Amino acid sequence: METMSGLQGALGGVLIGLAATLLMGSLGRIAGISGILSGLLFERGGNRPWRLAFVLGIVSGPGLLILTGLDWGNVSGDSGAVVGLPESGPAMMLIAGLLVGLGTGLGSGCTSGHGVCGLARLSPRSMAATLVFVLVAMLTVYLSRHVLGGSV
Amino acid sequence: MKILAGYLAGLLFGLGLAISGMTDPARVIGFLDVAGAWDPTLIFVLGGAVVTTFIGYRLVWRRQMPLFESRFQLPTRRDLDSRLLGGAALFGIGWGLSGYCPGPGVASLPEPSWPLAAFIMTLLLGWWLARRLSSAH
Repeated sequence: METMSGLQGALGGVLIGLAATLLMGSLGRIAGISGILSGLLFERGGNRPWRLAFVLGIVSGPGLLILTGLDWGNVSGDSGAVVGLPESGPAMMLIAGLLVGLGTGLGSGCTSGHGVCGLARLSPRSMAATLVFVLVAMLTVYLSRHVLGGSV
Repeated sequence: MKILAGYLAGLLFGLGLAISGMTDPARVIGFLDVAGAWDPTLIFVLGGAVVTTFIGYRLVWRRQMPLFESRFQLPTRRDLDSRLLGGAALFGIGWGLSGYCPGPGVASLPEPSWPLAAFIMTLLLGWWLARRLSSAH
């Protein structure tokens, strides 16, 4: 079970890497979701069509698996599911979304732009950012689950 | 061709997120929860993605330019500043509270829910605010 999850993780990771390589090889762009989606919404100009196509592609990946009934997801505790249910309620998700948006906006990237593409470029800024967001997220989970006892 | 390339890259990315289990916040939080029942899956995802991208980038950079554009657009800054690190810290708090970063949030839209809708709404608001703050400098 655990081994299978790791294998699926690695396979999915390779696909993400191929996606990043394809975007660099074809359009010369970093595959950073926060930059691409916020750019699509808040910038004008010639980048809109490919950014929109990229975002539609992201949604249609899992969408196609669901439509075709392909049982390729890796949701913990539900082998038939492709998308897992949110762990938190709407109020917590409102706060989390704002922090993720503000943080990735100010910090110029998220798990894809800094974590995948930036680490692959050996960028010092991306390495520092990735280290900070992973450690802070671990601390946040520790505090919310083990110190405050899941009451947050 | 640019649109097709963008779509195919997004499609591969979305498939990768779904197959790896990153569209499940429980998997992500399981990785972040080092004091609980630790789930190492995310390490394999990040490892597979970084190694593939590392090799793939070096292959495509052998060309003078990308296939459909005149140049590679790469960030050039190498210095660390408080906006980068402070932004990463804010992102880390939001990521830890929800188990969602932007990619999985968007990739989970085929199965919408109220909490996910709430997250996406304020995610967009946060990006807008960050742009306002940045342009005010």
